Amino acid sequence: MRNFFLHLGKYLAFLATVFERPQRNSLWGQQFLKELQKTGLNSVAITVIVSFFIGAVICIQMSYNIVNPLIPRYLVGLSTRDVLLLELSSTVMCIILAGKVGSNIASEIGSMRVSEQIDAMEMMGVNSAQFLVLPKVISFMAFMPVLVLLSMITGILGGAMSITFSANTTMTDYVNGLQFAFEPYYITYSIIKSVFFAFIISTVSAYYGYYVEGGAIEVGKASTKTVVSVVILILVADLMLTQLLLS
Amino acid sequence: MIRVEHLCKSFDGRQILNNVSTTFNAGQINAVIGKSGSGKSVLIKSVTGLHSIDSGNVFYDDTNLIGLRKNDRKNLLKQIGMLFQGCALFDSLTIEENVMFPLDIHTTQTRAEKLKRVNFCLERVNMPNTNHLFPSEISGGMQKRVAIARAIVLNPKYLFCDEPNSGLDPQTSMVIDQLIKEITQEYNITTVMNTHDMNSIFEVSDQVAFIYQGQLWWNGPRNQLTKTDNAELNDFLFSSPLLRNKKGSS
Ligand SMILES: Nc1ncnc2c1ncn2[C@@H]1O[C@H](COP(=O)(O)OP(=O)(O)O)[C@@H](O)[C@H]1O
Ligand SMILES: [Mg+2]
Repeated sequence: MRNFFLHLGKYLAFLATVFERPQRNSLWGQQFLKELQKTGLNSVAITVIVSFFIGAVICIQMSYNIVNPLIPRYLVGLSTRDVLLLELSSTVMCIILAGKVGSNIASEIGSMRVSEQIDAMEMMGVNSAQFLVLPKVISFMAFMPVLVLLSMITGILGGAMSITFSANTTMTDYVNGLQFAFEPYYITYSIIKSVFFAFIISTVSAYYGYYVEGGAIEVGKASTKTVVSVVILILVADLMLTQLLLS
Repeated sequence: MIRVEHLCKSFDGRQILNNVSTTFNAGQINAVIGKSGSGKSVLIKSVTGLHSIDSGNVFYDDTNLIGLRKNDRKNLLKQIGMLFQGCALFDSLTIEENVMFPLDIHTTQTRAEKLKRVNFCLERVNMPNTNHLFPSEISGGMQKRVAIARAIVLNPKYLFCDEPNSGLDPQTSMVIDQLIKEITQEYNITTVMNTHDMNSIFEVSDQVAFIYQGQLWWNGPRNQLTKTDNAELNDFLFSSPLLRNKKGSS
């Protein structure tokens, strides 16, 4: 517990350094674009693949479970949609991205630390924490809504794909279900949540990487610790944000 | 000139440097020597402010680094070049971008002006026409040269080199040492060089500070090095039989 508060204090101090008023130099734009590529664009493929398959599987499970003739068939589409919109395209996607983006950030910054690249930056009078981390945080948070929407769309397409193989639900039922009692706020809710998660993923992983001491083995350990901590933090934040936003 | 006064540094209660006072002269290579783990790197990093120190003062000519305000500190850092033990080139940037980095941070020059300076420095360290390679694509000796180019690109008054020839073959080491020596004299730089390499000590250093058990155990001009009867220093210098017969000469 004492350890937790030590980390928390150090993490908050780290954030204060990252979000200091930025120094002017000609490198920011270039840095921002690079990070947009690394954290955002490079996550598109995994988002699409995972969402498509999970969407398909959820849809199959729904139509498998809803066999009672008294329950309308459109419920398959409706429940697939709501599972995707409420939880899957935000929380589950972010947990997967914690593994990809989080460990990537931690190991990148960690190896810069152990190879003294961060010291070199400090010697040049650069706020290294800010220079390295701020572009990552901003670009990942900015790109997150795109990933969430993409995940929703491909998840629903995955469901549609599985419907074409289903014997007891028709595409018309599915599409009716998608439209039935549609609540646009679910999308807003998901996006708000995920932008928070993006902040957690990028800052916590950067924190672990930035304070690595030792060598390559410690960098590996830091990126494992990152994923564990980030996943737990996402789940806790999910609980709190859901309370706050949905009740 | 850099003057270090009563510098103490500890990590988690473990004293690494104990009351170190010395002077590093301009236009000379001031070698800091000692066994691995004796605290040479910690000394450099404390003197440059990368480590915060427990007590003491570090004067760069008339400016005390300790307690300097942020902006003044940035101005002082602009005059310090540093060559790290592992080169510390940014591996996501090309050689050109690496050497240009300090210019991007500290100057408002146009790209053409910056490029001109970068190419001048790369030529000075004998690495012309390598601008678009990445650090991982060149050898260790070449990485050292690029790191030197990056360290001198802002025309520093002070240059710190942490074991500049660790991991290099003897011949390449000599070339790097000579390069540092030439640059030091050419631009009248105050160069501080950590080393435990006998060649560097005897071939290029002007002043020598010997760190032993966290203390400055011996300090003096290089030509006095072999004439001292400091037991620990002699043990350190003449541990190899090959060098033992060099004792007494210089
Ligand atoms: N960041 C640090 N935290 C704790 N101990 C350190 C740190 N850096 C160096 N040390 C310790 O200080 C001592 C001197 O290290 P160093 O200056 O790297 O030696 P060298 O003379 O080989 O350069 C070593 O015992 C090392 O373990
Ligand atoms: Mg060292």
